[in-house]
Amino acid sequence: MALRGNLRDFTITQLLNLINLAKKTGTLVIEGPGDFAWVAFREGKLAYAQIGREDNSLPAILHRSSKISAPQYRMIKERASSMTDKELGLLLINAGYLNQSDILDSLQQYFVGVVRRLFTWVEGTFRFEADQMPPSGLIPVRIDLENLIIEGARQLREWEQLQEEIPSLDMALKFMDRPGTNLRNINLSVEEWRVVSYVNPKNTMRQIAQATKMNDLEIRRVIYGLLQAGLVEIVRPGGATLTNQRMFPTTNKDEQKSLVNRLINRIRSI
Amino acid sequence: MQTVKIVVTGPFNAGKTEFIRSVSEIDVVSTERKISAEAEKVKSTTTVAMDFGRITVDDDLVLYLFGTPGQKRFDFMWEILSEGMLGFVVLVDSSRPETFREARTILETFRAYAPTPYVVAANKQDKDDAWDLDDMRVALRLDSKVKFLPVVATDKEKVKKVLLELLYSILAEMEAGGA
Repeated sequence: MALRGNLRDFTITQLLNLINLAKKTGTLVIEGPGDFAWVAFREGKLAYAQIGREDNSLPAILHRSSKISAPQYRMIKERASSMTDKELGLLLINAGYLNQSDILDSLQQYFVGVVRRLFTWVEGTFRFEADQMPPSGLIPVRIDLENLIIEGARQLREWEQLQEEIPSLDMALKFMDRPGTNLRNINLSVEEWRVVSYVNPKNTMRQIAQATKMNDLEIRRVIYGLLQAGLVEIVRPGGATLTNQRMFPTTNKDEQKSLVNRLINRIRSI
Repeated sequence: MQTVKIVVTGPFNAGKTEFIRSVSEIDVVSTERKISAEAEKVKSTTTVAMDFGRITVDDDLVLYLFGTPGQKRFDFMWEILSEGMLGFVVLVDSSRPETFREARTILETFRAYAPTPYVVAANKQDKDDAWDLDDMRVALRLDSKVKFLPVVATDKEKVKKVLLELLYSILAEMEAGGA
């Protein structure tokens, strides 16, 4: 039976655990709300990972891990564009630019980084293509999944806690009324500043997430930090006003006030 | 006969049933059951659907007090109970800081259901291990404008004070709304 489903029912961590225990070989294809990813496994070990259209060629990965400089990266891309990663890796080792462990460490670091980013995906679909592996010209790596699974489980707990704290993203945010607090004196991260710039009772948290290109986990994490710091509070979109007529048996405002005053007098007399 | 309602909510074992019992003119219609979960056995029974109390104002008006079930697995009842409420009281057990986070979540959930006025009441303030109100306000992340009152749910006068403060807030908000 095909291994396919929804990330809401089956998390990335659970998928990794399954692949690890069953020692599966194949490619996990994940389609998130705004991006997609391929993660390949050989006998239950991580072999390759790609996220969206991100350049994950060997020169790009080596450049990201600072093993080669920007001019070297550009030169290799120009002159060795027709070479496979395996051929290029051998060339760099033989030419004495890098050794084998430089290359393998960079690849492992990059692939693990991709899987870590996938832990933040809580919406989307997945399917596992058994025995489908990336092209043979890529350099094979074998990364044990146990540590990643533990890390993912920790993140899952964080996600559950964040969901408890912020049950719905359809609510809005407003700044707390704290006259003594000056936002300029508070150290915020770039992500926090991006969210803060959209804080307004008219914007739901979901709209802020879309505007800042954050997924459900990322936006909840940032908002949780702002809530903990006492900078913002959660309000109904559009601001809270007393408009619900069903509260009272009458729509006449004077009668409503009279009713509340009668309640006050009665409770005083109990 | 006109009827209005106020909802009393809060985490498990916050004292909601006692709170309503202190001011209700009828025996509280309670749906208490013996507790099955080991982790929740800090008391022998708990409310599973709702508590129901009544205060007759005059020939023409009755106030109903609804207490929500405290256990999380009954939270589907909350939205039903919150429909058409005048306002709500969030009751927090001052001696059980492990429930403060849940109280905050309940508060935000109810605010999402209806933008009605509310007050937060720190119950069991007579206990030796009760937290100070100032510390609780910080822990519960309550804005300084939110009415936060000490209460002992078995003390009628203190319960009256909480309900009155809620009604004053309702009146103030009606007046601020240009009514």
